[in-house]
Amino acid sequence: MPILKRLLLRLVTTFVTLFGVAVIVFVVIRVVPGNPIAMMLPPGAGEDDILRLKALYGLDKSIPEQFLIWLGGVLQGDFGTSITTRQPVLELVLSRLPATLELSVMALIIAVVAGGILALTGTRLRGGRVEAGIDVANGMALSVPDFLWGLVLILLFGVLWPVFQISGRVSPNIDLPFSTRFYLFESVLRLRFDIWADLVSHMFMPALALAIPLAAIIAQLLKQSLKETMHLDYVTLARTKGYGENHVIIREALPNAILPTLTLVGVQFTFLIGGTVIIERLFSYEGLGNMAINAVINRDLPLIQGIVILFALIFTMVNLLVDLTYAALNPRLRRG
Amino acid sequence: MSAFLTIEGLNVSLSGVLPILRSVDLAVHAGEVRGLVGESGAGKSMIGKAILGTLPRALRIESGRILLDGEDLQRMRPRDRRRLIGAKAALIPQDPLTALNPARRIGPQITDRLVDILGWRRRAALSRALELLDEVRITDPERVMRAYPHELSGGMRQRILIASAFAAEPRLIVADEPTTALDVTVQKQILRLIRDMQARHGTALLFVTHDLGVVSKICQTLTVLYGGLVLEDTTIEEFFAAPGHPYSAALLGATPKYTDPHGSLTPVPQSVIDAANAQLDAFDRARRQ
Amino acid sequence: MADARTFVSRRAGLRLWLSGGWLVLLTLAAVLAPFVSPQDPLAQDLFAARLPPFWQAGAEAGFPLGSDSLGRDVLSRIIYGARVALIVAVIAGTLTCLIGATLGLVAGYFGGWPDLVISRLVDIWMAFPPVLFAILLIAVLGTGLSSIIIAIVVIDWTRFARVVRAEAMRQAAMDYVASAQVAGRSRAGTMLREILPNVLPTILVLLTLEMGIAVIVEAILSFVNLSISTDQPTWGGMIAEGRLSIYQAWWVLVFPLVALFLTVLSFSQLGEGLKDRFDPVLR
Repeated sequence: MPILKRLLLRLVTTFVTLFGVAVIVFVVIRVVPGNPIAMMLPPGAGEDDILRLKALYGLDKSIPEQFLIWLGGVLQGDFGTSITTRQPVLELVLSRLPATLELSVMALIIAVVAGGILALTGTRLRGGRVEAGIDVANGMALSVPDFLWGLVLILLFGVLWPVFQISGRVSPNIDLPFSTRFYLFESVLRLRFDIWADLVSHMFMPALALAIPLAAIIAQLLKQSLKETMHLDYVTLARTKGYGENHVIIREALPNAILPTLTLVGVQFTFLIGGTVIIERLFSYEGLGNMAINAVINRDLPLIQGIVILFALIFTMVNLLVDLTYAALNPRLRRG
Repeated sequence: MSAFLTIEGLNVSLSGVLPILRSVDLAVHAGEVRGLVGESGAGKSMIGKAILGTLPRALRIESGRILLDGEDLQRMRPRDRRRLIGAKAALIPQDPLTALNPARRIGPQITDRLVDILGWRRRAALSRALELLDEVRITDPERVMRAYPHELSGGMRQRILIASAFAAEPRLIVADEPTTALDVTVQKQILRLIRDMQARHGTALLFVTHDLGVVSKICQTLTVLYGGLVLEDTTIEEFFAAPGHPYSAALLGATPKYTDPHGSLTPVPQSVIDAANAQLDAFDRARRQ
Repeated sequence: MADARTFVSRRAGLRLWLSGGWLVLLTLAAVLAPFVSPQDPLAQDLFAARLPPFWQAGAEAGFPLGSDSLGRDVLSRIIYGARVALIVAVIAGTLTCLIGATLGLVAGYFGGWPDLVISRLVDIWMAFPPVLFAILLIAVLGTGLSSIIIAIVVIDWTRFARVVRAEAMRQAAMDYVASAQVAGRSRAGTMLREILPNVLPTILVLLTLEMGIAVIVEAILSFVNLSISTDQPTWGGMIAEGRLSIYQAWWVLVFPLVALFLTVLSFSQLGEGLKDRFDPVLR
């Protein structure tokens, strides 16, 4: 029962947050100087053309009125029409979402695997040079944000030793016989490993740039909580049963050390998703973030609104998911 | 009859600087219940940890031998040593609230040693665990096996830990202040349970405690430690009749008697402590030369 | 034990010296830019376009780190770019700190509805992708130094508010606060005289870290061409140009990148070093 109550409370605050985001974006972009309508008109258009277009996009009404109209649309799944491409915003945004999701999830997987291995290695060899080395590397990785790691990776593996692609999502000469835009996922399902390899080669650098800071955080937090756990009585008891260091770390300490790490990783993962905006720009990767920057530059108000709301939705969903996972993994919450 | 556990001249230090155990000799015979007594910091727990191979990393065995069932632990490969200890010895820990892994169910925490270290079949280990839970008088053992530690009381958890310690029929059990963390009412039950289990299984028991009252109820023999030095090694009858060392006598005076729990207590006098410290200094000097 | 401790503090000391040293050097270069830069950072010279750095064949004297595709001197542009970076770091960092820490202090100490409002605002802010938010704000405010500073303050105040709020709550629960109130101190007085001094180390560490973040945000904004006017040299702008000509003239990307990398690393290491020095809470 308390779990249900907590969940309900979470849902309510989630809605409040999303509503707040919507209000802020809406207000902020209505004060954008630079008339988006003017950019759409052919040269020589008259005053009444401008008024007609303004009416078409609802820009002739007051801001609260516009907001209510927009909100009404959103509740029916209508996010408006992009000013630059004149396609429905929802359609545009959903066409780019898979690319960003695949990138984020790949980055998350890299971060969890790398961070986990570093934490376990550091714990196993604690007190020695290896651990000191891991600590120094972690400190570096945490000090420098994804944007700079992206540039460093471009130089290292795109120019100096060009083993990976540093621009785009897929080579332009490849035909994509796919029915969804989850290319990476679908290429595996369709056993097209040639395309899969090309996708990975494009995705690996931006994903790694996003993953480096998160991997360092995971390594640091997990190692710290593993080391704290290693002093506890139940670990000592397991040793007296005849178990060695590796077993003790993985089976006794790890399940307990994961939980405190998990909640922080959830928040950090939303930072990672936020980082895709600039990383996609840097690697010319055709995802949501890249689209968002173009939308801002082109003053495409409905599109900006749609993308920001979608990001906010993803962030809040990730946090919700982390909460649920935490509850599912924690025996104290699972029962009673 | 040779002893099941023999410790000879064991010296343990903190990073080679601070002596923790000073040339300790100790023997526990099969089926013997030996008390290991001293104030906190006397090194009594460290002896238990040295036997079971769980000394903190900063502590080092400088010299001496620990023979478990005739095998010199220090000369064995780490993996063989761990497995020997896991098969022939066990620990009843001090604090039942922290000695069970909160993320794992009770069942596997009892059976894991049997399956992983001793190679039992899972089914056999499971029925053995149920049998033991029943033996330590836990009602509804099936339910308890599936429970997580936080769902059980402190007394229940200590019973489980006792059952788990006896699971592999070890020849020696180290009980490290097993009743200190419990309520007074539960203490007596647990103490009686340990004594009954010990008697039924014939296991040797090294009972680490600061409480002479507990010692008088359960132990046959007794070792008194001060500053990591063995001051006295005697039987219970002799000890309570006439302690062989002034410090022991003072310790006895500082313990409430079961016959007269509200009688006056004398703290260990400073002169006795000074004398004991002088003995430590003399020992260190002799060793350095 | 004692050995290990001196080793750790020596390493921490070295870290402080190195990062502090780089920042001092950078500040000097920025202040003395007209005197130390070999060229006018804006002077274009198509005959001197894409000159390599001094150790490579074809380098020219006066362009020690080479020149970009318009023949502008890379070193001079890095030095002038440092001006923008440091101004943004100091002003934006300080303003963000003042606003965020004040809100955090109020929320954490007073609780009640101020806390409710501020916490909810923080929640909403956390649901924005920060880079996108910054770009959006610049689009609204127009490019320019003050826009960048405002954008950074608007986006990053939550960083301070979150940490300071938690810390103020922790301090407020302690006995010394209760005894100050028993002694007759007002609520606001207690906050400023009792809580603030204890939260100050935390705030200082965050401030140092924030300066590094401000430098990065400025670089990102100028990378997407939304920073200050395009003819003023910025590291991010140089990096954007360098990214385009990466195969022809790697030095246009590498040198400003190194400057940015070292600066961000220095601010962050300085913050970490301070944390180890005097803040038992964050450690």
